Amino acid sequence: MSETHAKPRLLTPSRPVGIVGYGAYVPRYRLPAQEISRVWTGGMGGTPIQEKSVPGPDEDTATMSIEAARNALARAGDVDPAEIRAVWVGSESHPYAVKPTSTIVAEALGIVPYTQAGDWEFACKAGTEAMVAAMGFVGSGMADYALAIGMDTAQGRPGDALEYTAAAGGAAYLIGPAEEALAVIEGSLSYVTDTPDFWRRAYQKYPEHGQRFTGEPAYFKHITSAARAFFEVTGTGPQDYRFAVFHQPNTKFPTRVATSLGFSREQFETGLLVPRIGNTYSGAAIIGLSAILDVAEPGDRILMVSFGSGAGSDAFGLRVTERLPARRQRAPFTQEYIARRTEIDYATYARWRGKLVLK
Amino acid sequence: MEISRHWRLKKQRYALIGEVCPHCEAKIFPPRDVCPECGDEAKTEFAFSGRGKVYSYTTVQNAPQGYADAAPYTVALVQLDEGPMVTAQLTDLGSQKVEIGMPVEMVTRRLRSEGDQERGMLVYSYKFRPAEFQRLAVAAD
Amino acid sequence: MDIIIAGIGQTPVGEHWELSLREIAFHAMQEAMREAGELKPQALYVSNVLAAQLSGQAHLGTLLADFAGLRGVEACTIEAGGASGGAALRAALQAIQAGHVDTALVVGVEKLTDKIGPAVENALATTLDADYEAVHGLTPTAQAALLMQRYFHEFSPPEYALGGFPLIAHAHGAGNPNAMFRKAIKESLYQRAGMVSAPLNMFDAAPDADGAAAVLLARADLLPPDLPKPPVRVVGSGAATDTLAVHDRPDPLAFRAARLSIERALHQAGITRQQVDFFEPFDAFSIYAALSLEAAGFADRGQGWQWAQEEKIGLRGELPMMTMGGLKARGNPWGATGVYQVVEAVLQLRGEAGENQIPNARVGMVQCLGGPASTAITHILARD
Repeated sequence: MSETHAKPRLLTPSRPVGIVGYGAYVPRYRLPAQEISRVWTGGMGGTPIQEKSVPGPDEDTATMSIEAARNALARAGDVDPAEIRAVWVGSESHPYAVKPTSTIVAEALGIVPYTQAGDWEFACKAGTEAMVAAMGFVGSGMADYALAIGMDTAQGRPGDALEYTAAAGGAAYLIGPAEEALAVIEGSLSYVTDTPDFWRRAYQKYPEHGQRFTGEPAYFKHITSAARAFFEVTGTGPQDYRFAVFHQPNTKFPTRVATSLGFSREQFETGLLVPRIGNTYSGAAIIGLSAILDVAEPGDRILMVSFGSGAGSDAFGLRVTERLPARRQRAPFTQEYIARRTEIDYATYARWRGKLVLK
Repeated sequence: MEISRHWRLKKQRYALIGEVCPHCEAKIFPPRDVCPECGDEAKTEFAFSGRGKVYSYTTVQNAPQGYADAAPYTVALVQLDEGPMVTAQLTDLGSQKVEIGMPVEMVTRRLRSEGDQERGMLVYSYKFRPAEFQRLAVAAD
Repeated sequence: MDIIIAGIGQTPVGEHWELSLREIAFHAMQEAMREAGELKPQALYVSNVLAAQLSGQAHLGTLLADFAGLRGVEACTIEAGGASGGAALRAALQAIQAGHVDTALVVGVEKLTDKIGPAVENALATTLDADYEAVHGLTPTAQAALLMQRYFHEFSPPEYALGGFPLIAHAHGAGNPNAMFRKAIKESLYQRAGMVSAPLNMFDAAPDADGAAAVLLARADLLPPDLPKPPVRVVGSGAATDTLAVHDRPDPLAFRAARLSIERALHQAGITRQQVDFFEPFDAFSIYAALSLEAAGFADRGQGWQWAQEEKIGLRGELPMMTMGGLKARGNPWGATGVYQVVEAVLQLRGEAGENQIPNARVGMVQCLGGPASTAITHILARD
């Protein structure tokens, strides 16, 4: 196959934009990987993470998005919800197949009725897809604020390798004018090809995946290509960023990709949450970003690269403003969500996640 | 199907939107057209903070139809900081023991499926969980 | 105008799988009409809560008038949750007092066994506030448990303080041939009972069951001299409401409507509560019995539990209560319950209560509640 002739181009809106408010959400229940291993491999198999977050029986992508969005608005200063012109929820676990999650979120936040509302799907990068769209929406001047959310309650087939990591959580980002931002978005760049590494056909409960094919041709190829192109068009390199965060389906992948791009552990460990909460799919990269924003200082630059199977990556460069340190106090920190923890066993998990045959 | 009766209450159910009496300042939830304190007409919207305390609680073992998936679940009378009391489920209790007087905060959660468990419309509502993040509760006071 | 109860009828309370709603209702109506001899009802008031939901049957007034051979009389259903029986009796009294009719038949009927499973819980929960209580998964039992939990928190009675109410009710039920449970229970059984909705255990809740009871009312001045049974007069009637949802009350442990209805009934009867010889409370839950005693003024606030003992409310006690087993042992056939209470009080006043007879019973007070006194209706009955 020949190399493409296309040239990367940085996506920057004519009107500078940034993150005006952000908020994370992680359910409080945890299923240790060792507990899954106990059931399926007699406790003998290796485990890709320590434990994963599990949504409570009354939680779904809509309820979790509402809490994350409430946190984002709490940090957004005096933004009137009625001034928000888009609510976009990226997820592969929307509670309905047809009927928007976003209208539920918009209603709960008081953003209705003069708003766009829509659900996005691009496996694990549906959330960053919504963020890029929000940049364009605000950057064009069509709107002052747009809310982009990435949230999932991911499911893996019982006994499958994915069951160890398929977790629940995510984050919400209110995108607005750069002059009000807690972190200015310096630009973004996407890298997308048709690569079937992971999918779920219509009406199927659990996804299929290409096992080792999900690695090199999918995850590593897309994240690396997006990051390298981003460095090229922005004239930056790993040394220019205090923090970096990548899609985190397990502990190994993001660690390896970060290292290969030239980042040190110090740069990527703040956003590396997967060992303690699992892979939150559409929420995975952006909840890493929220953990970084919880501690970053004015002037810090942050690189975020998402990955969605199917496949593609969105790279973002951000620069923290002096508004962040005071404003972030107004909502729970990502690590506070992670610290509240109730361990459950596999039986409880199986009941809550609809894995028992009741009829 | 009972879509309309849930749909028309969505503001109060999702976000605890009640009323404040323009005459005597009483905070009212659920919204009613006559102020229970002074008897005058009250229709001004008021968003409750969602913070409150457990007034009483119990655990339901014999759940009605539509609630069996969640049983046993805990229902409480919650005294909101602004005054009114509401009946609501407690959630995210984990292994935490509920106590009268325990501070709680509102969350929006899935309450039930209307009609068929797999196919029906989802009903979302306020529930309360033990107050978390004391740092924020203190800051808000 | 004096109004008397000229006839009473009741079916045993229980699971009447083989009988339909109209059949059990007719059984009670027929008995009441037979007792009243020549007096024929000119109106029929049916007390029922659940037939539309559990039997798919509304329009009971016409159905039962027709089935009982009363075609042509005016008839309708009266519904006020658990207080329906009292409400139907009161409607009949009002119709006679207003001069619209000279006689009226009241029948309370409930048929719970036409549906099986959690649909019954849903039907019972319709007596709560649907949008603000029942939607949250609350049931009448859970609601009573909320009150019980709070009661123990505020007043710190001993752990099994309310157990005396069901124990005494069961002891009394043993002497009532129409009671669902006719066996005394031991205190240890109460203490070991499984939780229905903690802290409320299975003995703190009366069993819901099928049943029908009827009374025939007539103007006293129209009584034939050869009336087969000694007449019992209805000397006081009082009704009151509170908020439907418990959470809307400034003090959920005050049964305000229960107090108001008693005050109104006593006032009409021209007596004080000290002149009442026995009290039939609405003991759908043990906690209701305690709160009703407090509302009535027999006990101070937070002290109602101290009445849960034989010397106080036994058949030879200071104020006999639940004399035929109460809701706990006789059973709680919702719409019929308020009428059963009246029928049982009439048996006491006539001296026909058999082994449960209270000596010298002259004035009885009967109270039925819709929910936790969301509706309360009290009647005072007296023998001449």
